[in-house]
Amino acid sequence: MTAHHLRFRYSKLGKVRWTSHRDLARMWERAFRRIQLPLQYSQGFSPRPKVSFGLALPTGAESEAEYLDAEVATGAEFDLVALSRQLSLVLPTGVDVGVVGLVPADSRSLQHDVTSSVWSVVLDEAADGVDAVSARIAATLAAETVVISRERKGTRADEDIRPGIISCTATEHVVLCELVAQPRTLRPAELLVALGLEPTAGRARRISQWIERDGAREEPLALPAAATAAPHATECAS
Amino acid sequence: MSSLWPRIEPLLASVQKPARYIGCEDGAQSPHHASHKAGWLLVYPDAYEIGLPNQGLQILYEILNERPDAVAERSYAPWTDMEAAMRSARVPLFSVDTHRPAADFELIAFNLSAELVYTNLLNCIDLAGVPVRAADRGPEHPLIAAGGHCTFNPEPLADFLDLVVLGDGEEVVAEITEVVAAWKRDGRPEGSRQRVLRDLAGIAGVYVPSMYDVAYDGARLVSVTPRFSDVPERVEKRTIADLNDWPYPRRQLVPLTEVVHDRLNVEIFRGCTRGCRFCQAGMITRPVRERSSDQVRSMVSEGLKRTGYDEVSLTSLSSADYSGIKDVVGGIIADPMCQGTVGVSLPSLRVDAYTVGIASEIAKVRRTGLTFAPEGGTWRMRQVINKLIREEDLYGAVDSAFSQGWNRVKLYFLIGPPTETDEDVLGIAELARNCVAVGRKHANRVAVNASVGGFVPKAQTPFQWFGQDTAEELQRKVNLLREDVRRDRGVALKWHDPKATLAEGIASRGDRRLGPVIEQVWRRGGTFQEWSEHFRLDLWTEAMAAHGLSIDWYVHRDRSEVETLPWDHLSAGLHKDFLWQDWQDALATATVEDCRWTPCYDCGACTGLGIEHVVASATPPAGGSQGTGQDLSVGGAVPVVLGATR
Repeated sequence: MTAHHLRFRYSKLGKVRWTSHRDLARMWERAFRRIQLPLQYSQGFSPRPKVSFGLALPTGAESEAEYLDAEVATGAEFDLVALSRQLSLVLPTGVDVGVVGLVPADSRSLQHDVTSSVWSVVLDEAADGVDAVSARIAATLAAETVVISRERKGTRADEDIRPGIISCTATEHVVLCELVAQPRTLRPAELLVALGLEPTAGRARRISQWIERDGAREEPLALPAAATAAPHATECAS
Repeated sequence: MSSLWPRIEPLLASVQKPARYIGCEDGAQSPHHASHKAGWLLVYPDAYEIGLPNQGLQILYEILNERPDAVAERSYAPWTDMEAAMRSARVPLFSVDTHRPAADFELIAFNLSAELVYTNLLNCIDLAGVPVRAADRGPEHPLIAAGGHCTFNPEPLADFLDLVVLGDGEEVVAEITEVVAAWKRDGRPEGSRQRVLRDLAGIAGVYVPSMYDVAYDGARLVSVTPRFSDVPERVEKRTIADLNDWPYPRRQLVPLTEVVHDRLNVEIFRGCTRGCRFCQAGMITRPVRERSSDQVRSMVSEGLKRTGYDEVSLTSLSSADYSGIKDVVGGIIADPMCQGTVGVSLPSLRVDAYTVGIASEIAKVRRTGLTFAPEGGTWRMRQVINKLIREEDLYGAVDSAFSQGWNRVKLYFLIGPPTETDEDVLGIAELARNCVAVGRKHANRVAVNASVGGFVPKAQTPFQWFGQDTAEELQRKVNLLREDVRRDRGVALKWHDPKATLAEGIASRGDRRLGPVIEQVWRRGGTFQEWSEHFRLDLWTEAMAAHGLSIDWYVHRDRSEVETLPWDHLSAGLHKDFLWQDWQDALATATVEDCRWTPCYDCGACTGLGIEHVVASATPPAGGSQGTGQDLSVGGAVPVVLGATR
């Protein structure tokens, strides 16, 4: 018998958004040990638990839809519903597990499978250019190419990001957009730059991630219809 | 006052490592402030990732928050980018727990573990919106306090500190809280600051610098005397008798972001009686107080369960000296809770107790980093500093490690201790080479990292009278070593910047005349001096010159027996004549044994405090300890097998 392949959908909201992707990986490793869920370990000189993270969330951004996959040791007993509650209690405030599901052992990795993310960006009302944002969105979507200067592995290069913008609308000071994740991720801060705003002019939150395959769209793991609010939202999640 | 968070958060998008400022650690508290509670802001005046793991601060944080009349929160020195953002947005220093302004607390208490953070202390006081000089503060300002090892000579900071605590903090914080809570209840009226400081000066272990007059005769310090009859002439340190009464931290903070020592830390004993003459920590924390092995085991087991860490460090000044260390390590490794995945690390290892047994227990899970500290390169040097590690013990320990699969060890050495010759310096390279040779018996690729630090004489130690090497002399010795190991594969040499060693020396044994120097270094932007990218010796030398002070006089000069030292009115329990005798013994290459196992030589710590060493076992560990049960006549003998391979 092989190991169980579990997929976790979780949030990152509030103050904890200022931690990095690496920080989050360490939080998860500690959480798995705290609930004593026996994970599969890699072989070799320095065994590591078999955990694979999805798309990195930029430091400072929030999310309602993050994912990770973990392999649980053969023979381990667990209850998928109880797991999400146990994990939420030992993870930091603001990181709450919404749902846990089994996925086929031959699933492609999240990083390769996810094709796009939907974001909301709450703009700072005092930021320059916010009043004109709807017009700028219209102009951007109408343009053939949208070239910005992007930093890539330490060097800056001009790049056309227009193909990465699937959709973009604005109501009041909230920009709602869908941005591609393949062949590489377009970040909300880069969209703000394309709209003529400072990259820090808004507070971004990932709303959902999507896998598009053969013309059909699905989430890596959908929330159950009656998904409940975070079990321990407190002041740290301000 | 409400939380500053709404004003702090907009600054975070543009600073490095914003997680430094959010709090939210597992174990963090959101205490409820009230008019009858003394508010403590505990500050580690260095970057978050250095300060967060500090166990002393975490212990006091818990003890204070358990009291009905106190609340405690934490803060750390904001990094330079955040400081600039805070100053431009007029955001003051804040606590990371509830993001409360620092000036809203009754006490801002600093942990001082190293001299080069002194300018950060001034910066934090200033960021809090409090006058940096104690004399300029009124009843509306918090009291500025300090504790930690550097407070055994706090004189360079006397102008800036309202009160200083000597020794263990567990008990004394209660007495301070009572005085300060009463002051708060009375409404801190005009003119009350002097009264509360006078009351605090009456608490054992509390030193209030402004209650003392200092007299000089030219450069010479003549006396430091109390200004009032109810202020003690000499302040004695505080010492808790039994570590088992203080099983703290109960809820070690688990940070959300990367910090140093990111693992469970359990203090297994406090104090050290090995008598290494250069070591201030060993001198000022006597006597030895061991935690019972049962309590160690339960703190480890509960701590791992609560934190989810996969590594535990058993901390002390010399962890392998703990009675029954092998059983404790074995017990942790075998604990079913650990699932065979929890690594054990032992900082400050004693080589004469590091056996194949301990090595193989640790290697069952993970080969944690292995560091030995011979400190001296030759047996003669080690006799002078009283670190009685025989060559055969060191090679035996290294052999144990390499035989159990380690392929890298780290060795710590001092350069610049008293009587050092070039032969002693080169002995460091020789010793490292021999360790590589030992390793090659077990593996082809072995690495020995030799870290070399310049020696800074410290207050309340036998070497407090010794004139420190100049930066040029230390650099010459470093160069000598670099040249000598240049062709050695397997030996990697690392050294501490001799310029930073000089600045540390200026602050280490200074008197109150150093205050304006530290203030000038800070005002010219000299913060984060522990960090090589920010360290600037020119600021220190210019400030010394500007105030007419001689670096040579403060740092490089041998002191005489009759000289009044700036810290003579402060006591770590050690008799001054014991320290002088030990200094004379050092110069005569005479050694002293570990007094846990031999008759008392009356250093003053136990007799003066009316307490004794607390050890779980009355017999010395197998293999001997610091001379006890060891044949020291062969201390410098290199084992035959090594001699043949060279």
